[in-house]
Amino acid sequence: MNPGLYGGMPGARGPAGMGPRLLEFADELRREGVAAGTSELLDAIRALDAVSWTSREDFHEALAATLAKSQEDRHVLDVLFDRFFFRAVEREAVERGLTEERFRVSADLDLDSLRERIRQAIRAGSEGEMRDLARLAIAAFGRQGEGSGVIGVDVQRIRRTLGLKPEKTGSELLGPDAVPRDRLQDFEQHVRRELERQAIERTRSLPPAKPLRELDRALPTNPAQDLSQVHRVVAQLKKRLASHAREHRGRRRSWQVDVRRTMRASLQTGGVPLELKYRPKRPRRPELFVLCDVSTSVTSASVFFLSVLHALHDQFRKLRSFVFVERISEVTDVFERERSFEAVSRRIATDAGVADVSGYTDYGRVWLEFLDEVVDDLDPRSTVIVLGDARTNGREPHARALARVAEGAGRTFWINPEPRLYWNYGDSVMAAYEPYCDGVFECWTTKQLEAFVNAIADLRPAA
Amino acid sequence: MSAELASIEETRDRLAEVGYLADESAALVTYLAGRLGKPVLVEGPAGVGKTELAKAVSRATARDLIRLQCYEGLDEAKALYEWNYRKQLLRIQTESADAGWQEVKEDIFGEEFLLPRPLLTAISTDRPVVLLIDEIDKTDQEFEAMLLEVLSDFQISIPELGRVEARTRPLVLLTSNNSRELTEALKRRCLYLWLDYPSVERELAIVHLHAPQLDAQIARKLVEVVHMVRALDLKKPPSIAESIDWARALLLLGAEDLDRTVLERTMSIVVKHRTDLDLVAERVGLKLGDELLGQRRQAG
Repeated sequence: MNPGLYGGMPGARGPAGMGPRLLEFADELRREGVAAGTSELLDAIRALDAVSWTSREDFHEALAATLAKSQEDRHVLDVLFDRFFFRAVEREAVERGLTEERFRVSADLDLDSLRERIRQAIRAGSEGEMRDLARLAIAAFGRQGEGSGVIGVDVQRIRRTLGLKPEKTGSELLGPDAVPRDRLQDFEQHVRRELERQAIERTRSLPPAKPLRELDRALPTNPAQDLSQVHRVVAQLKKRLASHAREHRGRRRSWQVDVRRTMRASLQTGGVPLELKYRPKRPRRPELFVLCDVSTSVTSASVFFLSVLHALHDQFRKLRSFVFVERISEVTDVFERERSFEAVSRRIATDAGVADVSGYTDYGRVWLEFLDEVVDDLDPRSTVIVLGDARTNGREPHARALARVAEGAGRTFWINPEPRLYWNYGDSVMAAYEPYCDGVFECWTTKQLEAFVNAIADLRPAA
Repeated sequence: MSAELASIEETRDRLAEVGYLADESAALVTYLAGRLGKPVLVEGPAGVGKTELAKAVSRATARDLIRLQCYEGLDEAKALYEWNYRKQLLRIQTESADAGWQEVKEDIFGEEFLLPRPLLTAISTDRPVVLLIDEIDKTDQEFEAMLLEVLSDFQISIPELGRVEARTRPLVLLTSNNSRELTEALKRRCLYLWLDYPSVERELAIVHLHAPQLDAQIARKLVEVVHMVRALDLKKPPSIAESIDWARALLLLGAEDLDRTVLERTMSIVVKHRTDLDLVAERVGLKLGDELLGQRRQAG
């Protein structure tokens, strides 16, 4: 058997005891990018001395407080914690040859009454009962002989057989069949666990520990939260752009002495101005031009882009925004008038006049028009941000026009919703535009948006 | 009341006694902070009770609270210590002319001429205190670096005097709104606590604790509405303190139900932006209206 594929028992384990186990756990954390250093580990061990480690909850919280130092880390730790200790227990069981008594399902088990009991247990949210019922459901389901052998598929099949539907978010009234969404997820988790357990018992081997997928890693969010996360990142962007002046504290040449405050401070030293006070340098007002592609090739990303644009408008006064497909159209006033995101996207979709004749983006034409419209307003203090995939549908890219935009503006950034891997494949002409931008970024999640914010904060402002 | 918190349960109970309902992780981290003598970094959105936690800990342990409010441009002179120039000058002026330089120098750089600021005060008092460093993310990185010495070794180096070591260990809480990523060095020295908006049940308990006379049904509805409002994309989501204020206001007004009219009249207590107000009136008001309709339909 190939252990890489089917798991199997991992190699001999280190010395017994709590310390080595914690080290293994920390090792897994580090592999997932949590910076758990030695000093954190020492803290964790001291913390475990102080709490009773027989309570799973306290044990978990103590580890989280000492090892995870951000909300993201905390989430990764939670996921890994469950997996690590589940595996540790199962491994012990396999090593000692322990098996559990499975439910024997009598032929008269009534699926309907089981369904009702499960629904009640989910609503009540009792962990123990959900676990037992999960086993019962697996047993009943197994009898029907529909097992696919793939755990994820089986979980969904069991859920469908049981007719469990999550209630719609936000609705107050409970449908007769609907159960709370998060509790249903708990139940599915139980079913998954039990299926895994059975598989481990059957094969007497542990599945390999896979790295976390991006999806598991992401914090659970809903659309509204997503939107507010974008807002949060953009608020950060504003601060970063504004604090450029402050970062240049080293250069004191251009600073002006504030006579009034210096005199005031000199009173402390008997009228001798020992300490010079400087006039605070006013942060320059960032002037932004944002161009956003709303064509069909970026449909999935354009919602994200529009929300970025929406958030930008919330933060910046001096912002002009444009959307384009085949031609360009300024939508600054739409954003300024409409506050709600839905209203904005509706208005842009209906009457923003992006001249969406063919539905194909024509970047070249967009640059020429943009240049026509704003060339006089561009100055070295302005920043141009382009949100688009650079797919020209085979038309002339007119990179020279973008170059002239970039010359006029202080800084030009390009945010591309496609993974870097796909750039310059097919009709993507990213390579033609890249030389004229101060930075190009792939970006389709808030996390990447944050990376973009961090990156442009590191760049020196245009002189 | 003793200054030590002996167990997690006791921590939670004592915090509840002084009016702070801590969840599992908050109680545990507070307890650990006392046991391990480590500072706690509390992060979370605005208005979830980060600062309140520090105040509650100080009340629960009967320690004084020393608060350092951070802002852009906060420097050592305002956070650690400052020399009292005026007093030093006076001292020099009263010095007789024949006193040697050495004597004067030793004289004017003594503790008598030192103005202690919050951090120095916190570690040099005889009775242990709770030190709250509020909104640490508002300061710049240099200030953070300066804090490291205080937070890990509980000592402050004053060039003219030498090291001032802590006589007692303060319980330190740092709060951050996460508007800036803090440095790894600072995080490493702290225990980490993420506070989030409480669940409906917990917030209900909190509201009940602070406005006990409010009818249970109205209170539940109020908390549910607040949760609905938080789910919207607002400029500033309502904090826990604001839901308590709202509960008290409803009590004062003698409201018998929380319906659309009451909401529209009083929502300025929880929502503080013009555009947010419109959004809430539209979305939540509509929902409250629907609900009434639904109830009537069920009744009829």
